[in-house]
Amino acid sequence: MFSLFTKREGSLLDRLKQSVAKTRTEIAARVEQLLTGNRPVDAELLHQLEAALLSADVGVRTTKEVLAALREQVNQHKLEDAAALKQELKRQVLKILEAPAAPPDGQPTAAPRVIFVVGVNGTGKTTTIGKLANRLKGEGARVVLCAADTFRAAAIEQLEVWARRAEVDLIKQKSGADPAAVVFDALSAACSRGADVVIVDTAGRLHTKSNLMAELEKMKRTAAKVVPGAPHDVLLVLDATTGQNGLNQAREFFSHAGVTGIVLTKLDGTAKGGIVVAIARELHLPIRFVGTGEKVDDLVPFDAQTYVNSLFD
Amino acid sequence: MFETLTDKLQRAFKNLRGQGKLSEEHLDAALGEIREALLDGDVNLGVAEEFIAHVRAKALGSEVLLQLSPDQQVVKIVRDELGDLLGREARPQFGSRPPAVWLIVGLQGSGKTTSTGKLGKWLSEHGHRPIVVSTDVYRPAAREQLAQVAKATGTPCWPGTGTDKPLEIVRGATREAKLSASDVILVDTAGRLHIDEELMNELSMLKRELNPAEILFVADAMTGQDAVNSAGEFHKRLGVTGVILTKLDGDARGGAALSIRKVTGAPVKFVGVGEKYDALEPFLPDRIVSRILGMGDVLGLIERAEKTIDAKQARDLERKMREDEFTLEDFRDQLRQIRKMGSIEQLMGMLPKVGPFAKIPKDAAIDEKQLTSVEAIINSMTARERADSNLIDGKRRKRIARGSGTTVQEVNQVLKQYADMRRMMKQYGSMAKAGRLRGLGKLAGMK
Ligand SMILES: Nc1nc2c(ncn2[C@@H]2O[C@H](COP(=O)(O)OP(=O)(O)OP(=O)(O)O)[C@@H](O)[C@H]2O)c(=O)[nH]1
Ligand SMILES: Nc1nc2c(ncn2[C@@H]2O[C@H](COP(=O)(O)OP(=O)(O)OP(=O)(O)O)[C@@H](O)[C@H]2O)c(=O)[nH]1
Ligand SMILES: [Mg+2]
Ligand SMILES: [Mg+2]
Repeated sequence: MFSLFTKREGSLLDRLKQSVAKTRTEIAARVEQLLTGNRPVDAELLHQLEAALLSADVGVRTTKEVLAALREQVNQHKLEDAAALKQELKRQVLKILEAPAAPPDGQPTAAPRVIFVVGVNGTGKTTTIGKLANRLKGEGARVVLCAADTFRAAAIEQLEVWARRAEVDLIKQKSGADPAAVVFDALSAACSRGADVVIVDTAGRLHTKSNLMAELEKMKRTAAKVVPGAPHDVLLVLDATTGQNGLNQAREFFSHAGVTGIVLTKLDGTAKGGIVVAIARELHLPIRFVGTGEKVDDLVPFDAQTYVNSLFD
Repeated sequence: MFETLTDKLQRAFKNLRGQGKLSEEHLDAALGEIREALLDGDVNLGVAEEFIAHVRAKALGSEVLLQLSPDQQVVKIVRDELGDLLGREARPQFGSRPPAVWLIVGLQGSGKTTSTGKLGKWLSEHGHRPIVVSTDVYRPAAREQLAQVAKATGTPCWPGTGTDKPLEIVRGATREAKLSASDVILVDTAGRLHIDEELMNELSMLKRELNPAEILFVADAMTGQDAVNSAGEFHKRLGVTGVILTKLDGDARGGAALSIRKVTGAPVKFVGVGEKYDALEPFLPDRIVSRILGMGDVLGLIERAEKTIDAKQARDLERKMREDEFTLEDFRDQLRQIRKMGSIEQLMGMLPKVGPFAKIPKDAAIDEKQLTSVEAIINSMTARERADSNLIDGKRRKRIARGSGTTVQEVNQVLKQYADMRRMMKQYGSMAKAGRLRGLGKLAGMK
């Protein structure tokens, strides 16, 4: 059985580290300076830490909580200098990111494993699917892609190009077709072809649009009719440039589509995607992958330790 | 649940009542709340802090402090200053000699191609002859996407086939524009990171070649803190002349608009409010101010209501609200009116999250499709039932469900929604009467 989400290659970790390191802004660099050495802990230092977290889009609420915990320890004289503070800060953020239970991976399933990829408009769903297909194919899986974004102009053509690049099958219908019908077709075809994985591309939709969220639920019901238990994974693709709205996105997609994990894309820019800390804290969703570019191998498994280290080291 | 900014400010000023004078201490407490509201709304930290310092100076120096209540005073200053910062409504530029070139730039997935299509449609509707061209030779099916968008909006599109060099493509488009007497060339570009040297240079090159009348930076309204970095860099390289803020149809507060304005100085010229090609609107600064602060787009709601609700009906409704005579018949009329105003989500998104509206549960928003069955259910009631919902007992509910082809549960739900709405209306009516929400009275037709 191929492993979907638990593979940890050293080289990929290095790349994640590189890509995240690249994203460091001046503030992070400043904090790093502040935090090294045995500078005593003072209000100014805590203020700088607050700024670092807020600037990474972690959000007011989560930042306050993390800082309150830090302050308490400072008051109890548990954290005497900046180095100890830094250690503790990393530990706090890591704790939040690692809290989500390990994915139920490696469970052999008779039928194909069905992965839904969902999210608001333009986050990188289709591109991520191309990369993921390539990755799974490389692990020896037989992959089928399902072009269930029948709404956006040339969405099907875009996925077709990715299917060719990854050399995997694609099931599609005409633009404008009922997405649930495409799901039905793709899953039926995958079953008869003995595929291991089906990845369903869905149209971008704002989480506030109840009719579109209902459409997603219908697609899920259809999937379950063809393959019992499907979808096995529902990946929410989140753009690292997203601010506080990311939390609403995660909440709504979680409650309507039963999101099981997050893919954080565009981490090759300067944004840090800190809203995932707030999301992990509230919804206990694991972050599965990180997107680091537009090429087919720019997808790496998420590693919390590396992520946190890269942010603060 | 969430405390609104208004609640927070009132709390911050609570101890002040009766003192009638704004102390620095109270002001700082209030400004702390406003800082948080701005950060929650995705305004960049640096921009927010600079803004707060500015408001503080203004508030301390301001003389009218004694006239309004302190919280009103601070909110007023904040709103005025935010409004000033965002600037007035700005008109798009066409340059001196046609064809004018509008270069559409931005990060990946922000909405450039869709906005290009919308602009094509908008220009055609405003007496222009636009032509669109895509220089995105990188992303899979990107050029095909613009071609399809152009076809759907009836805008000519220069396909640029036979070359994958952006420069050659735009030269071809320019020739075509002259031949076909087009007066605006909309140049869609590939999404790129502001730190991508090579691709940023490509944009500089396109700018030199085209001498655009507008360089429009397309920004996603959901963008967070990083907006200052990306917009700042695009501006440094290109000199952005305007901004298109997309995906405002969601519930993002859109504070990035402020950050972007701050680092580019460029006004927002259009906003995107949907995936369809007519979902492009001019930018109205007042609207976004409330939104960034989390106070809802009350003005927009009022305007929409004024456009669709006829005055007499509105006056009737207002009276009924006040006198708690809101019947199921009125409920049905309201649904019909609301459907004329726009999608439910859009309207719910425009409501301020204050007062009675703060208590509307998210899922109280009625699904568009359900509206039809709601109407069917009310249609299946007798006139007497519609006038007095108390009459509708279990037996009657069964009959209504049969008559409307729905279930008793659905009938129950409609009755519950009606009861909720009636309660809300009652509160709202008394609020409007008390003048607590200035301007909202207009919504109910009290001019
Ligand atoms: N730099 C960078 N760009 C990315 C990454 N992932 C996706 N993109 C780009 O982001 C843009 C949007 O990607 P898509 O895959 O089309 O996004 P989508 O979510 O499928 O979009 P819709 O289907 O329209 O909602 C494209 O230009 C991609 O090349 C990433 O990790 N890094
Ligand atoms: N809801 C909503 N969706 C929008 C809006 N504008 C664009 N979109 C959607 O956002 C997604 C990305 O839009 P595109 O126009 O492809 O974005 P782009 O900037 O051209 O993307 P790249 O070329 O890949 O960088 C699509 O799913 C669009 O339908 C808007 O105002 N509201
Ligand atoms: Mg897509
Ligand atoms: Mg595009």
